[in-house]
Amino acid sequence: MILNYALDFAFLCFGLGLAMNLYRVFRAPGVPDRILALDTMVINVLALIVLYGVRTGSGVNFEAALLFAMTGFVSTVAYCKFVLRGDIIE
Amino acid sequence: MSLALIAALPFLGALLPGLMIRAGKNACALVTGSVTALALLMLGLNAPAVLRGEVVQTRIEWIPSLGLNANFFLDGLGLLFAGLILGIGLLIILYARFYLAKSDPMGQFYTYLMLFQGAMVGIVLSDNILLLLVFWELTSLSSFLLIGYWKHLPEGRQGARMALTVTGGGGLAMIAGMLILGNIAGSYDLSVILQNKEAIQASDWYLPALILILLGCFTKSAQFPFHFWLPHAMAAPTPVSAYLHSATMVKAGLFLMARMWPVLSGTPEWFYIVATTGLITMVMAAKIALFKDDLKALLAFSTVSHLGLITMLLGFGTAEAATVAVFHIINHATFKAALFMSAGIVDHEAHTRDLKRLGGLRTLMPITFTIVTIASLSMAGIPPLNGFLSKELMLEEAAHTAWMANPWLIGVLATIGALFSVAYSFRFIAHAFLGPVRSDYPAKPHDPGFGLWAAPALLACLVILIGLFPMLTAAWLVNAAASAVTGAPVAVKITHWHGLYAPALWMSLAAIGGGLMALGLHPRLMALWTATPRPEAKRIFDGLMEPFATLAGRIANGLHDGALTRYIAIGTLAIAAVCYYAFDTGTHAIGTRDLMPVPPVPALGWLSLVLATLAIVIFHRNRLLTLVLVGIVGLMVSVGFAYFSAPDLALTQISVEVATIILMLLALNFLPKATPVESAPLRRTWDGAIAVIAGVGIAALAYALMTRDPAFQAISDFHITNSKPGGGGTNIVNVILVDFRGYDTFGEIIVLGIAALVIFALTEALLRAGPANDRLLAWKPDQRRAGDRHPMMLVVATRVILPIALMVGFFIFLRGHNEPGGGFIAGLIVAIALVMQYMASGFAWTAARQKVDYHALIACGVLIAAATGIGAWFNGLPFLTSAFGYFTIWPLEEFELATALLFDIGVFLTVLGAVMLALASLSRIGLRAGETVNTQPFDIDPSEGRTLNSEEAR
Repeated sequence: MILNYALDFAFLCFGLGLAMNLYRVFRAPGVPDRILALDTMVINVLALIVLYGVRTGSGVNFEAALLFAMTGFVSTVAYCKFVLRGDIIE
Repeated sequence: MSLALIAALPFLGALLPGLMIRAGKNACALVTGSVTALALLMLGLNAPAVLRGEVVQTRIEWIPSLGLNANFFLDGLGLLFAGLILGIGLLIILYARFYLAKSDPMGQFYTYLMLFQGAMVGIVLSDNILLLLVFWELTSLSSFLLIGYWKHLPEGRQGARMALTVTGGGGLAMIAGMLILGNIAGSYDLSVILQNKEAIQASDWYLPALILILLGCFTKSAQFPFHFWLPHAMAAPTPVSAYLHSATMVKAGLFLMARMWPVLSGTPEWFYIVATTGLITMVMAAKIALFKDDLKALLAFSTVSHLGLITMLLGFGTAEAATVAVFHIINHATFKAALFMSAGIVDHEAHTRDLKRLGGLRTLMPITFTIVTIASLSMAGIPPLNGFLSKELMLEEAAHTAWMANPWLIGVLATIGALFSVAYSFRFIAHAFLGPVRSDYPAKPHDPGFGLWAAPALLACLVILIGLFPMLTAAWLVNAAASAVTGAPVAVKITHWHGLYAPALWMSLAAIGGGLMALGLHPRLMALWTATPRPEAKRIFDGLMEPFATLAGRIANGLHDGALTRYIAIGTLAIAAVCYYAFDTGTHAIGTRDLMPVPPVPALGWLSLVLATLAIVIFHRNRLLTLVLVGIVGLMVSVGFAYFSAPDLALTQISVEVATIILMLLALNFLPKATPVESAPLRRTWDGAIAVIAGVGIAALAYALMTRDPAFQAISDFHITNSKPGGGGTNIVNVILVDFRGYDTFGEIIVLGIAALVIFALTEALLRAGPANDRLLAWKPDQRRAGDRHPMMLVVATRVILPIALMVGFFIFLRGHNEPGGGFIAGLIVAIALVMQYMASGFAWTAARQKVDYHALIACGVLIAAATGIGAWFNGLPFLTSAFGYFTIWPLEEFELATALLFDIGVFLTVLGAVMLALASLSRIGLRAGETVNTQPFDIDPSEGRTLNSEEAR
């Protein structure tokens, strides 16, 4: 019972977070802000996947979350290296 | 099987010359020759059975639903032709080895030659007429390559084009004719068609089929009025002319007429079309040949004339005439190939083949003179050579055949044809070899080396042997072939003397006398010939082709102007139009399925997707920003897959997104960071409209499909039922990939490997000396660079994550068969883990620690997958049938081992190798652009807390 409310609340929070990230990607003072916003979007989506798994009581999407956690930052690093150095594999 | 192998051998052999040319010209010719010799040997092994009257067959089902089967059969006619094609082919290979100049690419020549040889052998061995048509068109294509072999000569290119247009056009007509014939007979198998003479000749479609098939035969065999392409094809190197125009290409038409003889001949239509065409061709071409100064042109028209002769004999429709036709095919092949090769020798040594500039070569080139004399006398029909024998028989047949109730017309015309034949044959000898030695040859003529004259000399020997002992040397083959043509046993009797009362004797004498007289009057006749206006075939042909070429050019250039945008616009609009037509004419109602509820969070995801896409359209000129926005799209698509119950797809998409972004960023480094405005606003509006049409169309289609039940039964049920019992896995997606559709996956990993190798090869080409390389060397980074090349935090983090990532990859790989995962995803994960090291510590540092070559990884992957598939053969199962079993090893629980796992290892290695090779190749470009190379993992020394100086860091 309480779990359902907690889940609803969590969905609301991460959903709002996602929406704000989205806004940040579109309206930002510079590219680094956008990259960071995208990275945070990945985190939020990851959380949403796990929450969805908890709600449906299924572990089938757990690996997707795992993979997001493990490789999501690689794109961020690549964007950052590009902004910093131009070439991402020197 | 052996017949299919005989036809396949030249095609397989075509692969070798290109490789063997690196080992030298002799090795190249030797290998090419051995392949042909092997095919000839295999043919010879089948010969005894054929000569006993059996028909050797090989049947392989190809596409039975279309009636298209790879059926081959070998009877006497096939044996004769296959023997000629392979035997003379062998001589041509020998001759070409010594004929081609140093600058001619010999490997290419032999490859074309073998392709052509394979196509010809295919024609004469095919039992299925559809298969025969395939080979027929292949001869047109490969002869195009051969005739145009000297690409630098405009005549060569034009001649090749003309030959392709004429023979290819005839081939098209023949396809229609063959389809009609197959429909009448109810089968596309020749052996069935040949049994259905009554049904075919009684059919209303007999005449159209006959005309269409004959169009194919006449164009191929250069019969009037399609004869004009053959002389123009003489621009080819002489070995090609000798091969194509003595024994093979032009005889294909004759072969087909002989092959179809039992069902098509014997009607008035056949007689008047075929015999008349042959007669006209024979006389007309023989006349033209007399007035050609170019040796090869003379031989070309003489070939046309002799083809006409054989066509006429086949047209007579009697068994005797067909037998003579078969005999003359053998004789013509021997003397004409020898003559072409000799003409080539004269050209090769004297650097001209113009009869006006030759003469007196008898003492300078005695060997060539002897060969030419023997072959020419045979061509003229002088006893006791083989040409005489068949010409006598031909005249005899001609004398006994009436045309429109006119008993002497054919006889007289045939005699006139023979007269011209005598004249031009003697002219070849007299004007090239006899007479005084001249002092103005372009080069000093002398006999060539043994290699060049060996082949024509051998043929000249055959000319004499067949001439002297026809019953011993040729009768058995003629009997076998003629029996096959006529469908009744033939026992031929060939003699030199037919008695004083045989009309052939007097016709022959008249021809020889008249021919010598014509030669004596040649200068005067020549003046008359030059004075009479004649239609110029090439001009007419070009004039006819010109409007078509213009029209084709206009259509092709209009649709295909080199701009990708135009292709996409045309394609999209065409599809949209067709879809709209289907929508407009079909019935359509709103789907009946209930829509799913849309909770707020997925709605937010949808909104992000739409907004990001719109933003890409708006900001697409800023390329880095576009890439960030693409990141959002990728993220939402991945999570969408997860939400819509496709965890395998989600996993794949997540890792593919990362690899894609890295690839794009690597490329973007060397591209402009902003897209310039190139098109006018009107154009952009128009393009936008097309995009909206396509997008709305797809959306409507998807909506329509998803709101109703499928019209056909879904195949999911089969997969769900059979996944565990048949494939041994509970993850249906993975079982589909490695088992149900394993063949597709196998093809896909090969394509993936090829794509990666192409990226590598393109990079290699880019880094060779050239404009691209110069631009890279002069490369100036277009943005300011931060000082820290390899931040320590990043380096340490990636090192820590490497074993974890590898472990996850391993885990995902192993569970793949039963849970979401598998080799493809695992390969991507491991690739990402490795790419992280490249990004953190640089290319050189990582490459120095890379023990396995990525090329080898790709190769291993494909080979392992192939070996797994082949393994099924040993159990007597089809390729890629998987096997699995359950094992228990203490202390583990019971687990499953499947061959699909091995296959998945192949997939894993290929994906890993391909991704890494692509990324590594692209990053090599950066090295060339003047980047410094590091051997240390990062640019500071943490033990001393100082930055490495440039010396240490390198």
